[in-house]
Amino acid sequence: MGLIWTMIAKRLGLGLLTLFVISVIIFSATELLPGDFAKAILGQSATEETLAAFRKEIGLDLPAYQRYFNWLGGAIQGDFGTSLSGNKRPVADLIATRLGNTLFLALYAAAIAVPLSLVLGILAALYRNSIFDRAANAAALTSISFPEFFVAYILIFVLAQSGLFPSMTRMDADTTLGEGLYRAFLPALTLTLVVTAHMMRMTRAAIINLLASPYIEMARLKGINPMRVILKHALPNALAPIITVIALNLAYLITGVVVVEVVFVYPGLGQLMVDSVAKRDFPVVQAVALIFAAAYVLLNLTADVLSTLSNPRLIHRK
Amino acid sequence: MKDMKEKPVLLTMRNIQIEGRSDETWSPIIKGVDLTLNKGEVLGLIGESGAGKSTLGLAAMGFTRDGCRISGGTIDFDGIDLMKASEATKRGLRGKRIAYVAQSAAASFNPAHKLIDQYSEAPVQHGVMGRGEAEHDAVELYRRMQLPDPDEIGFRYPHQVSGGQLQRAMTAMAMACRPDLIIFDEPTTALDVTTQIEVLSAIRDIVAQFDTAAIYITHDLAVVAQMADKIKVLLRGDEVEEADTRTMLASPKEAYTKTLWAVRSHARATQPPVEKGTVPVVSVKGVTAGYGQVDILKNINFDIHKRRTVAVVGESGSGKSTAARVITGLLPPRQGQVLFNGQALPADYRQRTREQLRQAQMIYQMADTALNPKLRLRELIGRPAQMYLGLQGKALTERIRDLLNLIELEPDKFIDRLPSELSGGQKQRVGIARALAAEPQFIICDEVTSALDQLVAEGILKLLDRLQTEFDLAYMFITHDLATVRAIADEVVVMQRGRVVEQGPKDEMFQPPHDPYTELLLSSVPEMDPDWLTKLLKERAEKAS
Repeated sequence: MGLIWTMIAKRLGLGLLTLFVISVIIFSATELLPGDFAKAILGQSATEETLAAFRKEIGLDLPAYQRYFNWLGGAIQGDFGTSLSGNKRPVADLIATRLGNTLFLALYAAAIAVPLSLVLGILAALYRNSIFDRAANAAALTSISFPEFFVAYILIFVLAQSGLFPSMTRMDADTTLGEGLYRAFLPALTLTLVVTAHMMRMTRAAIINLLASPYIEMARLKGINPMRVILKHALPNALAPIITVIALNLAYLITGVVVVEVVFVYPGLGQLMVDSVAKRDFPVVQAVALIFAAAYVLLNLTADVLSTLSNPRLIHRK
Repeated sequence: MKDMKEKPVLLTMRNIQIEGRSDETWSPIIKGVDLTLNKGEVLGLIGESGAGKSTLGLAAMGFTRDGCRISGGTIDFDGIDLMKASEATKRGLRGKRIAYVAQSAAASFNPAHKLIDQYSEAPVQHGVMGRGEAEHDAVELYRRMQLPDPDEIGFRYPHQVSGGQLQRAMTAMAMACRPDLIIFDEPTTALDVTTQIEVLSAIRDIVAQFDTAAIYITHDLAVVAQMADKIKVLLRGDEVEEADTRTMLASPKEAYTKTLWAVRSHARATQPPVEKGTVPVVSVKGVTAGYGQVDILKNINFDIHKRRTVAVVGESGSGKSTAARVITGLLPPRQGQVLFNGQALPADYRQRTREQLRQAQMIYQMADTALNPKLRLRELIGRPAQMYLGLQGKALTERIRDLLNLIELEPDKFIDRLPSELSGGQKQRVGIARALAAEPQFIICDEVTSALDQLVAEGILKLLDRLQTEFDLAYMFITHDLATVRAIADEVVVMQRGRVVEQGPKDEMFQPPHDPYTELLLSSVPEMDPDWLTKLLKERAEKAS
């Protein structure tokens, strides 16, 4: 087990390095955005003096590297600065509720999609090349092939027009869990349709890939029934690739759902990021981008640890 | 030998026909074979690869691999018609009344589960006994199979147990439900001779103890002679002949069987000793090497002379292949060096000149994996000729055609083939041509015949022999098979756990007195005498007490 801890420590270290590099890239990217921020906020008619005073107020007069380290120093302590637009709220506050919403939607979608795709994948492997297998594959591929917004509009057309579910997802501090689940059902379903195909097909492929192995033949020659052969003999050896794909899809659910958020007017991080880019509100952009990067790093780390744990050859040395 | 006449019939297979599918068409694998097995009787099934031995053995369980089907015949197992039985009925028999022991235990144990869990699975699933009882029983059988530490070994994962022990654990697993019939599919082929003996005697004892009938599949005649009451010879899906073991060994009737029996006769003539003062082509001087902290080779010394073959023998893990890696520069040694014609070679292949690289070539055990499956023979053989000798265009094609002629493959027919369009023996010949294309002085042959059938292997050995005389080659021949050593070697280096325990001319090696380890290796090579194993075990027991 010591091995696992060393691995986690190493990967966390690498993860921090990755985050650092990403923070540099994000910062440089916002620097490269064309136009002058102060002018954009204060308008064309602002005098040189007001512009200079404004720059000084928000620290834009300092050289870039200094601003970067100021920002980084704050970020490490959880202070992402204040939003530059309008209300000047602290970025951390602004993000907190949005992050909660995003995680809620991601977990909601994952709670449906992961079990669904595992079960479908296992059944498809068990009844491979049957009608069921083909139908499941065709359905999954169809849903992944449509653009997200299209799937979303179809669902709205079918399920929201009839009044079953709301097409706009209002989430605020008073929303109870039950209400939240009800209101976020359509975005969660859309995301489920988008990510299921990938995970299901990987589960199926990873299992089928193993069915030709001698130990599977051995299990069959021991008279073990087909379902048990798949669950007990193939699945444990197929876990590593399946876990990796699940982690990638979870990361996508956290970071890549802007379109779905926009369609359902869901107050998540993705929308916040897009809005902030448009408004040149770079403290927010930087903070959100860092959170997205951290999500990727953490999920991939978790996937690697779980894959290692699923392989007795790596935990139980000779 | 048991008296068979009073035993009732257990398994009857009549006119069995099995087909395999390739590219949408079904072609026959087994062409109408009959097989009868009495209770408690052991039938040896022998033949070359592709003869259909495993297919026939699996059919005795009513099982075919994917892409195969039983297209005709009847299979009657103790009154149950396996051709008509439902899948559920057959599942009920498999593992419970008919069990299977696979060739590679390492691949056939599930890497994700402990041995004892895999042992208990069949008895629990078939409702023969409860989990606790099965574990108890496992320990008992592990003890009977003479596994070390029987109380604990079941709680290890397959990768934590050696190959020979795994093979015994698998036989124990097959015994779990005390089946009436066990199919042994080449259970010792992947093992060293010394380990093979332990597994053979353990299998023989346990089969006798429980009076289990068995079908013992192998391509090794000497092994089958120890194990079987009667022998059936298969050739390309047809039965050649069947007789009880002693009759079959003493007086085989069919010409094919006789050729099988005769294979082990090829032996290389003794060469005059090398003159004093001759500079060896390759000289390994005081080499110590290994991976990480562990030394695999410890102070190795040996020479290989022009037109001579040095056989390096030893069990797996003894360091034979590591020595080859040091010579080729893939693994720089910690100490010592390799001399080529008296000149020290740089330790790392990346520091060697192209000329130095050209002089030492390799032929690998698995021609299947050593040849790029996407390249045609023209490219496979032409590449080294182009790279080392700078041949181009017409000269290159001429050279490739010459090389194909040398390895006895018709150039017009073969030059544009892919490796997948060749047989195992032909692939190995291409491996040889590829090594020759560089016009080296020295070739390392790493277990080049161990994946091949005896007849095919014989052809390869003769070819290597001829090429050696023709091109003055020096060979380093890595093998664990002493019959091969007898056939090709001039000198022998015996390795054990990274040390050279004995070395010298072949004739001396095969004459006593031996180093104890060499003695063990030599005495472990199965002989055709059906009583060999019994006698040997008795001798060893006497010596031990």
